[in-house]
Amino acid sequence: MMPALTLRNVVVALLLLMLFLVPVYAAVIGNNFVLSLFTRIVILAMAATSLNLIMGYGGMVSFGHAAYLGIGGYVVGILAYEGILSGFLQWPLALLVSALIAFVIGLLSLRTRGVYFIMITLAFAQMIYYVGVSLNRYGADDGLTIYRRSQFGDLINLSNKTVFYYLCLVLLLASIYLVWRLVNSRFGMAIQGARSNDRRMHAIGFPTFRYRLTCFVIAGTICGLAGVLLANHTDFISPAVMHWTRSGDLIVMVVLGGMGSLFGPLIGTVAFLALEEWLSGITEYWQIIFGPLLLAIVLFARGGIDGLLAGIRRD
Amino acid sequence: MLLFVEQFLNGLQFGLLLFLLAAGLTLVFGIMDLVNLAHGSFYMLGAYFAATFTALTGSFIGGVVLALAATLLVGMAVEVIAMRRLYRRDHLDHVLATFGLILFFNELVRLIWGPAGMNLTLPSWLNTSVEILPDVQYSMYRLSIIVVALAVAIALYLIVMRTRVGMLIRAGASNREMISALGINIKLLYTFVFGVGAALAGLAGLMQAAILTAQIGMGENILILAFVVIIIGGIGSIRGAFIAAIFVGLIDTVGRAFLPDLLKLALSPAAAATAAPALSSMLIYLVMAIILVVRPAGLFPAPGSR
Amino acid sequence: MRKTLVAAGALLALAAGPGITSAMAQQKSVKIGFVSTFSGPTAVIGNDMRNSFELALDHIGRKMGGLPVEVVYEDDQQKPEVGKQKTEKLIESDKVDFVVGYIWSNVLLASLKPVVDSKTFLVIANAGPSQVAGELCSPYVFSTSWNNDQTPQAIGHYMNQKGVKSVYLLGPNYAAGKDMLAGVASTFKGKVIGQDLTKWPDQLDFSAELTKVKAAKPDAVFVFYPGAAGVQFLNQYAQAGLKGTIPLYTAFTIDELSLPRQKELALGVPGAQEWVNDLPNETNKKYVADYRAKYKSRPSFYGAQSYDAVGLINSAVVAVKGDLSKKDAMRDEMRKANFKSVRGPFKYGNNHVPIQNFYLQDVVKDGDELVLKTVATIVKDSQDEHHKKCPMKW
Repeated sequence: MMPALTLRNVVVALLLLMLFLVPVYAAVIGNNFVLSLFTRIVILAMAATSLNLIMGYGGMVSFGHAAYLGIGGYVVGILAYEGILSGFLQWPLALLVSALIAFVIGLLSLRTRGVYFIMITLAFAQMIYYVGVSLNRYGADDGLTIYRRSQFGDLINLSNKTVFYYLCLVLLLASIYLVWRLVNSRFGMAIQGARSNDRRMHAIGFPTFRYRLTCFVIAGTICGLAGVLLANHTDFISPAVMHWTRSGDLIVMVVLGGMGSLFGPLIGTVAFLALEEWLSGITEYWQIIFGPLLLAIVLFARGGIDGLLAGIRRD
Repeated sequence: MLLFVEQFLNGLQFGLLLFLLAAGLTLVFGIMDLVNLAHGSFYMLGAYFAATFTALTGSFIGGVVLALAATLLVGMAVEVIAMRRLYRRDHLDHVLATFGLILFFNELVRLIWGPAGMNLTLPSWLNTSVEILPDVQYSMYRLSIIVVALAVAIALYLIVMRTRVGMLIRAGASNREMISALGINIKLLYTFVFGVGAALAGLAGLMQAAILTAQIGMGENILILAFVVIIIGGIGSIRGAFIAAIFVGLIDTVGRAFLPDLLKLALSPAAAATAAPALSSMLIYLVMAIILVVRPAGLFPAPGSR
Repeated sequence: MRKTLVAAGALLALAAGPGITSAMAQQKSVKIGFVSTFSGPTAVIGNDMRNSFELALDHIGRKMGGLPVEVVYEDDQQKPEVGKQKTEKLIESDKVDFVVGYIWSNVLLASLKPVVDSKTFLVIANAGPSQVAGELCSPYVFSTSWNNDQTPQAIGHYMNQKGVKSVYLLGPNYAAGKDMLAGVASTFKGKVIGQDLTKWPDQLDFSAELTKVKAAKPDAVFVFYPGAAGVQFLNQYAQAGLKGTIPLYTAFTIDELSLPRQKELALGVPGAQEWVNDLPNETNKKYVADYRAKYKSRPSFYGAQSYDAVGLINSAVVAVKGDLSKKDAMRDEMRKANFKSVRGPFKYGNNHVPIQNFYLQDVVKDGDELVLKTVATIVKDSQDEHHKKCPMKW
């Protein structure tokens, strides 16, 4: 993992530099929208990073990952609605609930493989989605406006947009670091081993089911944190963030950027959202360009954009 | 009792429709190992083609035949241009690529036909109701959907079980390497199977269009249900898809029809009114999750499949 | 390598674009941001709103209080977070003076906070969630439409007049759907013998529900299915053999956008609305005639409400002679509803929601064409119930 001066590393470094400079840039041109757009990008990149942990490294393709965005968001939203504004209470509780739900879903789902796993995670996410739609007290389908962001006393003020952006960025980098530490540990090796040959890893004494479950719970928790941030960013939470198409978007972001690559999800998220913003500015029919572009990336760039940059085929 | 008969028919009709969609999906999945999210786009195209050609030719049957042919051709073209390059790739590459195709087709339809959607007008002989039992009136059109779909299911069964093409298909579903080793016309077989799958989806779409009208994005939500069907049935199994489709159709309809009243027995009316729609919406997913927890490879896994 | 650098640069330039132009614009124009749905199947509604808005601007010479008018249209994709993001962009990047539009209540609710926080005026041209009429009312928010339950309440009254004794309610399972069904139930004096909320927007096959309706044998059926779902519902109502057997009453199910596709199926099906295209005032005659000439189709109530939004904003800008910093004076003027509305004169309640008449509309044949026609005034000066929860007094 020695950083060398490859094209890919240069791009990642430039991207990170750009992300760090976004608030400066926004301040100079006096346009807060850029900051808002990039806050959203950074938060979704965090969700994509967590999905990459199970999908890219663990081979567990979750088609219900957006559910944790909703869970994290709803814990914040519901507590705020009931008058509990302290972030010291909201955040740990949100993470705990995300972890617990991930644990239950993982426990039941990890017996299945491949496409069956994709569909069972979708099933659970759909159930959670419909629970959200039926929460009449908390706005049901209309969602819930969050009037005050999580309060952390004098420690940090989330209502300051620049502060909030940097917090999100730091948490994103922390998640990427966590994923890096995990996949390079014994635990991570076992997870990656179990992806290609579960029986062998099991035979040499790894409790693969427990490892995979742990991995699944960690990913769910990180995504729950992204949900906490998203709710604080949009000051709003609704079942729409948990719709299955949003889980699909997350998968697309990861695959587009490059699966099983540390910075792939970040690259994919930036590319996905920036392309969307850019193309939709050019033509109303932007999806007629965007769609074939995705197809072309699959056909001609194995391993997503990251694979394209690395110039080699990943496996 | 009357209520029950009618609701059963409603469920059966919906289930058979799901089967048409799921049949192509499960064949393509089983034989080519391809996850095709764009399958719903053929469903949509079938609907739009039928609405257009019916209006153009002035004949319902003529419109339907032309629409089926057109969907078959589009399906084969998509296979030749894009899909055949994807067979050996990872499932997630399929997801990304076919997701791109969904966006493309949706936007293309909007460009050609506009955003408003289209009606498929039924001829008067279909747009009536018939007395199926003394005092039970049922929509003639829904009844014909049941008949047509059942006929297609039987034909499909006979083709798969009794013909040479069917033998190749079955061989492909259980052992892809073997069929590649045979070497003969394998490309053609794939194109053919993909095209027929697309046409079946188109048939489902055009039959629905007379009830639901043709809409952009109409394929996406029902596609998820079609995936549920092939997962419950076991990938690659036509028989499994058939049983699972009927099962899902019945569960969905029965849930919508009887759950609110059942819940009222246990809960307060207000609580039941809230819980019933939520519960009936998630019923199918609940059932699928339970089935997969108990049988991780579906009810009827095709022999030799993972 | 160069390609990626260019891409990164383009990304920054792209983000910079709108900011630079708006910084240079100063206060030489009235900037209006318009948020609606311009993609997907419901783009039909957004287009009708945009057409009417443009027509209204043409009618005032595209100038308000001497200042030229600039409009930025944004597509919310019918998604709450997208709507909120676009609203923020309009406020922070385009620095608009007014935000207008919003078809969907959930998109509106998500977008409300940035507008109110920035003290930008918001004119809602359709969505009518009860919260905005009640506890979330704001000195910066005005509506040119209605509150969700007003229209169905009118239909409830009408069913009483028709002597309907029992009704079956059908609608989609989302907030507006529940508001609609509750609205009917609150004024209807007979018995509600059944009610179904269907999955929204996924479920478009109503076979199971219609079978239940058939078995329940009600005097009448009330439905709320906006947009294309209204076409599908009427289709299936006829196919199930219910049309002509059990009378149907509607809210927001039959309008000028869906009627060309519902055709004969909508014939004789009544609905309530605060505006109908044949209302006999001069503003409305001009609006409908010019719309038909310009766009070769008929405007809908969505369009009429957008047309009125221009009138409302114009009255405020004229009152302060183009000095848009006088927000209090502008608000005072808007509260008078001092402009010629296409629905005829109306007043604002303390919550800035119109107190207005509701009419019974019916579908009739006009030569070869099917048109919506005003039959009667069901309620005069209807005010929503939620205004009591709004703390605003003036």
